[in-house]
Amino acid sequence: MSGKSLSRPLFDPEIVKSAALDSFRKLSPRVQVKNPVMFTVYIGSMLTTVLFVQALLGHGEAPAGFILAVSLWLWFTVLFANFAEAMAEGRGKAQAATLRQARAETPARKLSEARRDAASEMVSSTALRKGDFVIVVAGESIPCDGEVIDGVASVDESAITGESAPVIRESGGDRSAVTGGTRVLSDSILIRISADPGETFLDRMISMVEGAKRRKTPNEIALNILLAALTIIFLLVCATLLPFSMFGVEQAGKGTVISVTVLTALFVCLAPTTIGGLLSAIGIAGMDRLIQANVIAMSGRAVEAAGDVDVLLLDKTGTITLGNRQATLFLPAPGVTEAELADAAQLSSLVDETPEGRSIVVLAKEKFGIRQRDVSQLGATFIPFTAQTRISGVNLPGGPGGSGGKTILKGAPDAIERLVTESGSVFPQAVTNHVQDIAREGGTPLLVAEKTADGARVLGAIWLKDIVKGGIREKFAELRRMGIKTIMVTGDNPLTAAAIAAEAGVDDFLAEAKPEQKLALIRQIQAEGRLVAMTGDGTNDAPALAQADVGVAMNTGTQAAKEAGNMVDLDSSPTKLMEIVCIGKQLLMTRGSLTTFSISNDIAKYFAIVPAAFVGMYPALGVLNVMGLATPQSAILSAVIFNALIIVGLIPLALRGVAYRPAGAAKILRDNLVIYGGGGLLVPFVGIKLIDMALVALHLA
Amino acid sequence: MQFANILTIVLYMVLLLGLAWPLGQYMAKVLEGKPCGLDRVLGPVERLLYRVCGVKPQEEMDWKGYALAMFLFNMLGFVVLYALLRLQGQLPLNPDAMAAVEPGLAFNTAMSFVTNTNWQAYSGESTMSYLTQMLGLTVHNFVSAATGIAILAALIRGLVRRETRLLGNFWVDLTRSTLYILLPLSVMFALALAWQGVPQTLGGAAKASLSEPVAYEITPSADDLKADPSLKPKPATATEQAITRGPVASQEAIKMLGTNGGGFFNANSAHPFENPTPLTNFLETLAILVISAGLCHTFGHMVGDARQGWVLLAAMTVIFVVFLSVCLWAEHTGVPQMAALTGGHGAGNPLPGNWEGKELRFGVTASALWATATTAASNGSVNAMHDSFTPLGGLVPMVLMQLGEVVYGGVGCGLYGMLVFAIIVVFIGGLMVGRTPEYLGKKIEAFDTKMASIVIMVPLFGVLLGTAWAVMTASGKAAIANPGAHGFSEILYAFSSMANNNGSAFAGLSANTPLYNLLGGIVMLTGRFWTAIPVLALAGSLAAKKSVPVSAGTLPTHTPLFCGLLIAVVLVVGALTFIPALALGPIVEHLMMLGH
Repeated sequence: MSGKSLSRPLFDPEIVKSAALDSFRKLSPRVQVKNPVMFTVYIGSMLTTVLFVQALLGHGEAPAGFILAVSLWLWFTVLFANFAEAMAEGRGKAQAATLRQARAETPARKLSEARRDAASEMVSSTALRKGDFVIVVAGESIPCDGEVIDGVASVDESAITGESAPVIRESGGDRSAVTGGTRVLSDSILIRISADPGETFLDRMISMVEGAKRRKTPNEIALNILLAALTIIFLLVCATLLPFSMFGVEQAGKGTVISVTVLTALFVCLAPTTIGGLLSAIGIAGMDRLIQANVIAMSGRAVEAAGDVDVLLLDKTGTITLGNRQATLFLPAPGVTEAELADAAQLSSLVDETPEGRSIVVLAKEKFGIRQRDVSQLGATFIPFTAQTRISGVNLPGGPGGSGGKTILKGAPDAIERLVTESGSVFPQAVTNHVQDIAREGGTPLLVAEKTADGARVLGAIWLKDIVKGGIREKFAELRRMGIKTIMVTGDNPLTAAAIAAEAGVDDFLAEAKPEQKLALIRQIQAEGRLVAMTGDGTNDAPALAQADVGVAMNTGTQAAKEAGNMVDLDSSPTKLMEIVCIGKQLLMTRGSLTTFSISNDIAKYFAIVPAAFVGMYPALGVLNVMGLATPQSAILSAVIFNALIIVGLIPLALRGVAYRPAGAAKILRDNLVIYGGGGLLVPFVGIKLIDMALVALHLA
Repeated sequence: MQFANILTIVLYMVLLLGLAWPLGQYMAKVLEGKPCGLDRVLGPVERLLYRVCGVKPQEEMDWKGYALAMFLFNMLGFVVLYALLRLQGQLPLNPDAMAAVEPGLAFNTAMSFVTNTNWQAYSGESTMSYLTQMLGLTVHNFVSAATGIAILAALIRGLVRRETRLLGNFWVDLTRSTLYILLPLSVMFALALAWQGVPQTLGGAAKASLSEPVAYEITPSADDLKADPSLKPKPATATEQAITRGPVASQEAIKMLGTNGGGFFNANSAHPFENPTPLTNFLETLAILVISAGLCHTFGHMVGDARQGWVLLAAMTVIFVVFLSVCLWAEHTGVPQMAALTGGHGAGNPLPGNWEGKELRFGVTASALWATATTAASNGSVNAMHDSFTPLGGLVPMVLMQLGEVVYGGVGCGLYGMLVFAIIVVFIGGLMVGRTPEYLGKKIEAFDTKMASIVIMVPLFGVLLGTAWAVMTASGKAAIANPGAHGFSEILYAFSSMANNNGSAFAGLSANTPLYNLLGGIVMLTGRFWTAIPVLALAGSLAAKKSVPVSAGTLPTHTPLFCGLLIAVVLVVGALTFIPALALGPIVEHLMMLGH
């Protein structure tokens, strides 16, 4: 999860400073009321403050100093929770400030119509509206999001992606989208504006990183309900303790009725303040971690959905295999030697600048030492590949007499077969077998043929192989352990696809995939109740991206793709999906683990406060003071202080998220239960005792 | 504890768990509407009932329709029972000439039987006519239990079905549960009880001439004393004893099987006519839990994964055995002060342990077992006086009720309560494994946590607010028999019992006062229906959802780990809510007894 330019240390001094100030600003009731758990603490702090003033005036229910101490620590509890949230927000804010610089108003050359030579006027970038045309030349900033409709340019997108290498943007195809705030480095492009001011990608990005429009996610709402229910229960437990205590004093004939200060302290200790205080920080930090991974989520809901994903649709090329196929074997036709085939294949590929073509030249050299030959010296002419013929090759002039000239052709098996049979020759069965073998093994067969005045004959087949990325098999095994199914999507035929799927270790594949089939597959998986994630970049991916539960659009992709998905990957890395899933899971795990921790803390707090509160009435209850806390007052104060300090202590965990190793649910649950459930049970016993000892040492109790 | 005692407990657990499996499978067939064997005989009766009542058995209801039918049916039952209690003096089958029940007690009693609480603020033998006992109380023993099973069936269907609003037909569930489960079991059990000597007669109280007349004094009533303070007690001589009896066996059977607990007599199952022999005592204790335990397997069968039922049964059994052990230990250890007076715990003492308030016929072990079982289930019948248990021995039944009656629990309601806890566990556990929590393929979302929270909160509110009210008012405090912490325990126990629809009592509290009757009635009403209706809403919400297929990323809900977590959550929620109150009641009593 290493960000590039965007990462900064967890406790950046600047962020800490502004967060400290913000934690006071957040004391406004309007902010506090949004968090039901902390709002009750807020009210409790006010109540004890009033009790303190009352005590100062001589009508105190307890010593003024004690009430003050409790009151102060309750205020600290509120402030610490504010601080956690401010820390989480602070990181986003710092980043938003950088982004804002890129959004600064720039002049734009607006055209009256979509021609380069149309009349132009200089306007401010904020005056541009959807559908306007602008021309941007080298050295200028692109004023707003849009689509290149004419020209090619290299563009510096580092302001958004953090990646300093320039990228190519051109009209047509899948690399036509440009983002406002990026800079054209060379050439000039004609752009149709696709967003009104305030709705651009940069605007959305700023609001996401700032968390300004952050809405609670479904899981967060459900957890909040549970925490609110617990809070209400504890409120009632503490409120009814007052009559219980009055009755007890009446019956025992000694002791004093529990004070409101102690009841408030007990309530705050019991209420799930640890998780309540950190909950929004955890949510913001989850988004922030995604941003550190250079992914912009358009909603918090998408991040949560990422944790729930059951099925990943992965494009074969770039994700599972290296982008390029490589020649790995020559399979000659009967009567042709392998060296002859290699020689012919090399000749046919000399001018072929595609990666496949180059790999043939390399293979010929490796296997038979056939050296690079100069095309012009041979006097050869090049036959370019076309989609119609699906054949490329070279014309070689004959010897000195003009006789013996021949053409070497290379192409798809069916095209070569047609060529050979049309010339009247027999297409050997052995070559057909080679072609089928290669396809079955997941390779792509290419045939090489020779055409002379006598006719055409096939020389043999070249085995082009998809190279599966190193380590990808282990990654898929890991995903399987996490309960996530992988489906490879490819345009290859089913035979090839099956072989690559087996080699890469994916669970399933979709071969000869067209966009509509992709969409149908997603719908089918969703109908089974599963959640689907996919990445895409082309306009024809847009419907599938919109349908998927988590649709990650590549930043290099088209505007349509970026709008259809609910996340944008600034790195445009096809393997990013797996990282996103982990971040989503980690977010939920952090919430669950801290909830468990928070609730199991309460057991120890009871052992601190219950004997302290009632020992005056029933001295026998002193036995329950298992921690041996010095005095009732020091016990109550220690519990309150522990309760406040634990929030601060857990801020790093809330921001960083709990450790996540891919494993099955049963193992993760066991591990987290031991750490956060068991830990939550024990830590407060130790913590409260230590604080009590410190209070005694400082003569505060 | 002697070997025989241990053997009793082991035999009890073996029989309970052994009977639960076949009974559970049978009940699943009944609730799924499949042929269950008995329908060949009783099928015509079932169909006739539908025709007479105008029920269309194929027409299913959504959760609101189901809840409305359930609530209206029970409220109608409440009105009829109230009327019966008020008018019994004018109605037939009243050989002992019982007068009308006064309004406060009639309200409390009617509410108590409608809600399956069966809290009794009266003595049956001196208050109720036979008609009331049979047509009022016994009928409600059946239908309130059947209501619990019906609600459970709806919740299970909510978990099993997908993308539908329909949860089944309440009338059909009610009829089939009564006709095929409760009625046949009760008939068999009643016959067994009658064989063992439990009376079953419509003849009035038997009169016996005393061989030795007894002299006593009639003290003037408080009202007469107010009019004339000089009145003196009048001497009198008794020559005849009235021995009350009636249709006891039939009521006793469903009282145990339907986790009702309302006794024919005031002494409940400590009375020799309700519980004459050690065999009836054993069978009655077994009957308390057998249907509730069996329903766990019904659940496993209906969701298509027996392990899901086993895990709930295991969680309940672990909690039960632990609490039972504490209760047995406390009662066998007894009270040190008493032991000092009677010559210690040594072999020379013929009755080691705490015998106060226990039937000599049953002894310590059978009493502790009954007390634990009756409060684990929402039964509330007693064969010993819980008020006389040692502080920790009395804490066990109190806490079992406060846990929400989910350890086996009442028929139907115990399991649906446990399922709500399971949903809470799945929610927290699901988050901990990094996925939106799901239970049996159903995602647990905001609405579901809201309903689950209400189900858990409502009984807690009843206990705490009821107790707080009682200790703050003069009339509340006047009812206490014992001073000090034990008085507090008595009140806490009473409201724990009523709010969780148990019905057992710490006998010390004189609860037949207008305020206790009214407040208790309200607490029982909310404790029953403010949990039942959210459970049905939850069922409706779950039924409407898609089902998520299980994967390695899904939190498994059939493992020992899940079982442990479920136990922990049930105990922690109970402990966190009640530790302060318990500290002021039984815990401090115990510490003071030990001389701290």
